[in-house]
Amino acid sequence: MTVANPAAPVVIVGAAMGGLRAAESLRRSGYTGAIRVVGEELHAPYNRPPLSKEVLATDVTHEAVAFPSRAEMGDVEWMLGVRATAVDLDARTLTTDDGEVQPWRALVIATGLRARRLDFAPIAGRHVVRSLDDAMALRAELTEGARVVVVGSGFLGCELSATARKLGCEVTIVTPSAEPMMRPLGELVAKEMRRRLTNEGVDIFSGVTVAAINGETTVESVELSDGTVVPADVLIESVGSECNTEWLESTDLDLSDGVLADNAMRAVTTSGVARDDVYVVGDIARFPNPMFDDVARRIEHWNIPTDTGKRAGAVLAAHLADDGSFADVVAKPFAPVPSFWSNQFEIKLQAYGLLGLVSDDDIRVLEGDLSDQAAVGYYRDDRLVGVLGIGMKAALLPYRKQIAEGGA
Amino acid sequence: MIKIEVDMNQCQHYGQCVFEAPDNFKLNDDDKLEYVAEAPDSERDNIEAAVDVCPMQAIRIVE
Repeated sequence: MTVANPAAPVVIVGAAMGGLRAAESLRRSGYTGAIRVVGEELHAPYNRPPLSKEVLATDVTHEAVAFPSRAEMGDVEWMLGVRATAVDLDARTLTTDDGEVQPWRALVIATGLRARRLDFAPIAGRHVVRSLDDAMALRAELTEGARVVVVGSGFLGCELSATARKLGCEVTIVTPSAEPMMRPLGELVAKEMRRRLTNEGVDIFSGVTVAAINGETTVESVELSDGTVVPADVLIESVGSECNTEWLESTDLDLSDGVLADNAMRAVTTSGVARDDVYVVGDIARFPNPMFDDVARRIEHWNIPTDTGKRAGAVLAAHLADDGSFADVVAKPFAPVPSFWSNQFEIKLQAYGLLGLVSDDDIRVLEGDLSDQAAVGYYRDDRLVGVLGIGMKAALLPYRKQIAEGGA
Repeated sequence: MIKIEVDMNQCQHYGQCVFEAPDNFKLNDDDKLEYVAEAPDSERDNIEAAVDVCPMQAIRIVE
């Protein structure tokens, strides 16, 4: 491969947390050349989790969630409000929706996910929460007494339900699952979560889907697959997400679920070749984590954009430095401990590892009592792969260590 | 010397900072964050990592 565009900038596509961390890491790792970050949203990078919790419950502003800007980032160029539409990996160019074609010397893919939508005609009153603008639009409708139907019972749906309830709304969850948070937490814990959410006044219709959305100009009710009609002023769709990979479709990168990367976060082609000039970060990256096994997975946990962004920045900086350090940096083991948290009413969940790797429903209460505070272990083939704290924090630390050391 | 500030109104005691900079941050027996507000310059990378991983973005380095 000829080295195209040696004078061009490193272009990072995606201006959220992963793109920010990759840029910071490039600078910290000694890369002093040009960096350009291209992002579809007009906002500078901000922290998303409060958008369904603390910030949604008060005032939704960019200031409340913006990441601080570090001094070393002063000469990074931000191209915001521009969407990437295509990329040419041979010519090393990026095409954006303003018609520009720009060269790059290395590319960082950080375009993340977007909210999946239900397949119904557009009508006022339908919401998702992924971006700051989404949260602002929803906040305006969460008035006291509003009837809110939340479709989906993952963490996001349950958090939004709790926040809406706190704001005085009547809240109904509609979910195809048997219990809320069933898939991420397993039946044992999910049953307890249903008890707690119900106690807080959230109605839960489980084992059903949305059959129709009724209303003239705005949502008036939601018809469920079992024929039940639930009155609604606001419909929140938290039914998962989709990867923003369309702009990569003309390349030979492996896009079978997100973008495949190796353990150095280098993008991998369909023929299994890792490219030294193309990197993937954040929840769009499907990469192997030797803490668990050699299977590449996408991980939609909050710490992953930071960990993968730092890793990609360090490896790419070594590649660009061309000082002989590259092989050593690539060989350095990268095994981030996935972690997430979720607050719903007084329920404080915190977890480390990958709970979803559990085998044979081997979920054990390690400490405490599920109906109060507890530490819950998730096991695969008798090895600890995840730990969940319900109201417990410091008690999780030894289990986190155990997971990081391979779970034995 | 690095000076650290934690906005205790923001802090939700998640303890992510504890892993990055254990010399400066810890969770006490009541699951509350306790921290040492000063660190030697040699700790800068760890403190910056702690700032990055705070879910509430409650930690800052006072320059």
